[in-house]
Amino acid sequence: MSEHVISEIKRDHIMNLLKEGKREDGRGVGDIRNIQITTNCIESADGSARVKLGNTEVIAGVKIIPGTPFSDTPDSGVLTMGAELIPMAHPSFESGPPGEDAIELARVVDRGIRESGMVDVKQLCITAGEEVWMCFVDMYALDYDGNLFDAANLAAVSALRTATIPGEQYSKGENRPLPVTCTPISVTSVKIGNNLILDPNFDEEMISSARLTVTTDDKGNFRAMQKGGKGSITRDELSLCLDRAVEKGKAVRKIIG
Amino acid sequence: MSGHTDMVLVDKKGVRIDGRKADEHRPVHIEVGVLSNADGSAYLEIGKNKVLAAVYGPRECHPRHLQDPTKAIIQCKYNMQAFSVSDRKRPGPDRRSVEISKIIAEALEKVVLTELYPRASIDVYIEILQANAGTRCAGLTAASVALADAGIPMRDIVPAIAAGKADGHVLLDLNKEEDNYGEADVPLAIVPSTDEIVLLQMDGNMTRKEFDKALDMAFGACHDLYDVQKTALKNRYAISKEDEANE
Amino acid sequence: MERRNARPTREIVVPGDLLDDSGMCAGSNAYMLDGKTYAGILGVRNVYHDTVGVIPLGGRYMPNTGDTVIGIIEDIGSSNWLVDINAPYPAPLHVNEVPWKVEFGDTSKYLGIGNVVMLKILMVDESKKIQVTMKDSGLRRVEGGQLIEMPHSKVSRVIGKGGSMIQMIKNLTDCRIFVGQNGRIWIDGDDDKADTAVEAIKLIEREAQNSNLTERVEKFIRNRLPETEDDEGEEDQ
Repeated sequence: MSEHVISEIKRDHIMNLLKEGKREDGRGVGDIRNIQITTNCIESADGSARVKLGNTEVIAGVKIIPGTPFSDTPDSGVLTMGAELIPMAHPSFESGPPGEDAIELARVVDRGIRESGMVDVKQLCITAGEEVWMCFVDMYALDYDGNLFDAANLAAVSALRTATIPGEQYSKGENRPLPVTCTPISVTSVKIGNNLILDPNFDEEMISSARLTVTTDDKGNFRAMQKGGKGSITRDELSLCLDRAVEKGKAVRKIIG
Repeated sequence: MSGHTDMVLVDKKGVRIDGRKADEHRPVHIEVGVLSNADGSAYLEIGKNKVLAAVYGPRECHPRHLQDPTKAIIQCKYNMQAFSVSDRKRPGPDRRSVEISKIIAEALEKVVLTELYPRASIDVYIEILQANAGTRCAGLTAASVALADAGIPMRDIVPAIAAGKADGHVLLDLNKEEDNYGEADVPLAIVPSTDEIVLLQMDGNMTRKEFDKALDMAFGACHDLYDVQKTALKNRYAISKEDEANE
Repeated sequence: MERRNARPTREIVVPGDLLDDSGMCAGSNAYMLDGKTYAGILGVRNVYHDTVGVIPLGGRYMPNTGDTVIGIIEDIGSSNWLVDINAPYPAPLHVNEVPWKVEFGDTSKYLGIGNVVMLKILMVDESKKIQVTMKDSGLRRVEGGQLIEMPHSKVSRVIGKGGSMIQMIKNLTDCRIFVGQNGRIWIDGDDDKADTAVEAIKLIEREAQNSNLTERVEKFIRNRLPETEDDEGEEDQ
C-alpha cells in the first residue's frame, strides 16, 4: 500500500508534453535541476555536505577513524559508503534497515567514487599491515523528489572534497585534508515512452521504464554505470546517455568548482 | 554523568566553559517549513545541536494492529545520524533511541487533539544531524513546531530543555562537556499555557534543593523557547504580509 | 508599512495563543480554558459576532458530507474500489455507488488503478469511516487535461466569492475546470489556454493570503493571452 499511485491524467500529461520535448517544470529533456550545495555544515563530521537538487535533498557526512586494513590491501585505507532512505524524506519510505533501493543507491555512489580513485587510499596508511584510516561516508535522503543517485553522489563527493583527516584527535600526526584526486560526477537519465530525460523528478521517475546512471571523471572517462528499472534501452539511447553524462558532468564540475 | 575530568566546568566567577552564566541557555534558532514532502517540518539549532523534524499525517495507520478506534496514535522515530557524534554511530535504532522516541511521542500526545482522527497515525521523525548534549529536548522542541506547521490541531506547543549539575553548580542546558563530566541531568518538557510537565527524566545525583533550582531554571527557559517557537511559526506564515504591504 | 492600516490585519495565531479573555465564545479550532479562549491550530484569528475561532492555514483535508472531491483509484476489490482522496483515510467506492451496473468481480473493467474520478462525500461517520458516491449530476470519470494539487485550505480562494474567481478564469481561458474540495483541481482546454489557467491557479496558491487577488489574476491571464477577447474586456486598449 505504500506504493504511490500516479494518476493516469498526470502520466498522460507528462507523456504528451514529452512528445513536444517539454517537461512539467519547464525544463528541456536534457536539463538538470538547480543545484545548491552547503559544505562543512556538520562540525561533528570530518567532512559534510547538504545538497539540494531541485526539491530532492541529501545530506552526507564523512567520519575518518583509525582501524585495521584488509589483509589483501595492508597499506591502503578503507572506504565505506552507506545510504538510508529515511521516512522523513517521503511517505513511501519506511523505517527499518536499508532495503534494496538504499543498498543499490549506496553501491552505485560507492562505485563511481571508488573506481575513479577519487580518494587516494594509499595515502591513508598509518602503519602498513597494522593501522590505516577508515573513511565512512553516510548518506541520508532528507527530501525525495526523484533522482537520489545524482543528489547522493554530489553530497558524498562534496563531503569528501572538504574532509579532514583528524590526525590530532587520535594522536596520529597533524590534521590534513583527505587526499582527493578527481571529482566523479554521476548523471542519471530515465526513459519514459521513447524519450530519454535527464535528472527525473518524482513523477517522471515513477512513470519511467528504465534508468541509467553514468559516472564520469574529470577527463570525461567513464568510471561507473548502472542500468535500473524493468524496461530496456537501445544502443542508440545508451549512446545519447553517455554523451549527456560527459557534457553535464563537465557542467556540474564547474558548479562545484 | 560518570566521566572524570580535571577540566574546570564552572570558574570562580560562575562562568561556564562556553562563557554562559549558570541560568543561561545556548542560542536557539528555528526555521519552519524546510522540507517539501513532509506535511510539516522544522530545523532547529541550539548551541552545537542541529536537528531536523518532520511530520506526516494524520494518515492511515500502519501497521494496522496499532490503530486506535477512538483516536489517532502518535508514532515518533528519533534517530542520530552516523556522523552526528564524535565516534561514528552505527546506523539504525538502538535501545536509547527507542526509549527517547517513546517519551517524545508521549509528551506530544498531551497537546495533540488526537481524538479528532480516530484510527489514524501522526508520524513524527526527528533526525539529529549534529549532537552536543540535549538532543532529546532539541528534537521535541523542533517536533512540536513541525506539528503546528503541519496544521495539526493541538492545544499548545511543547518546548523542552534540560537543566543539571556540574562542578557542584546547578546549570541550565548542559553542553557536551558538562553532560559528560557533570553530576546530574534533568530534561524537561512542559505545556506552557498550563505549566504541566509532559516529559521529565533525571539521572545523576542531586539534593531536593538542587533539583528544585534546576526545575525552576528549566521552566523559565521553556517559556523562553516557547517564544522562539511561536515567532518562528509566525514568521514563516507572515512572509506574504510583506508582499501585501509592497503592493 | 503604514499603508497597511487601512486593511483589516490578518493576525496569525499558533496553538496556545490567547484569542480572547473578554468572554467571547470559542468558535472552530479554538478552545476554552478558565474562561479564556485559545487557538487550537495554526491559522488566522477569525471573529464572527461574539465568537472567536481560527481559520487554518494548512493541514490535511478532512472530508465533510456533501463535499465534491477528485479521487485517484489506488486499489481494486471485488465489490469496491479504494480511492485516494487526499484525506487521512482511504475512501471506499462501492459498486452500488457508480453510474454503471457492475457485476461482482468485474470492477476493474470499469475503473483501473490511477484513474481519476469526481466524487461526492455521501457520509462520514463518528469513527471517520467515509462513504463516497459517483451517482450524482456532474460526477464522472475524468480523462485528459491536467490535474494539480494544492493545500485544501486555499481552495476557497480559487473559487472566490460566489464563484467569481473560478468563473473569471473559465471565461478568459475557455477551459473546463473542476475544483475538488480536497485541493485537487482538474483543468482541460487548448494547450496555451490550459497552461495559462494552471499558472493562474498556481498564482492563487502562492498568494492566497493577499488581497486584490482577482484583479491580479485577471491581469496575469490577459498578459499571457493577449488575444483574449471577451464581452466586457475594454480595459486592454
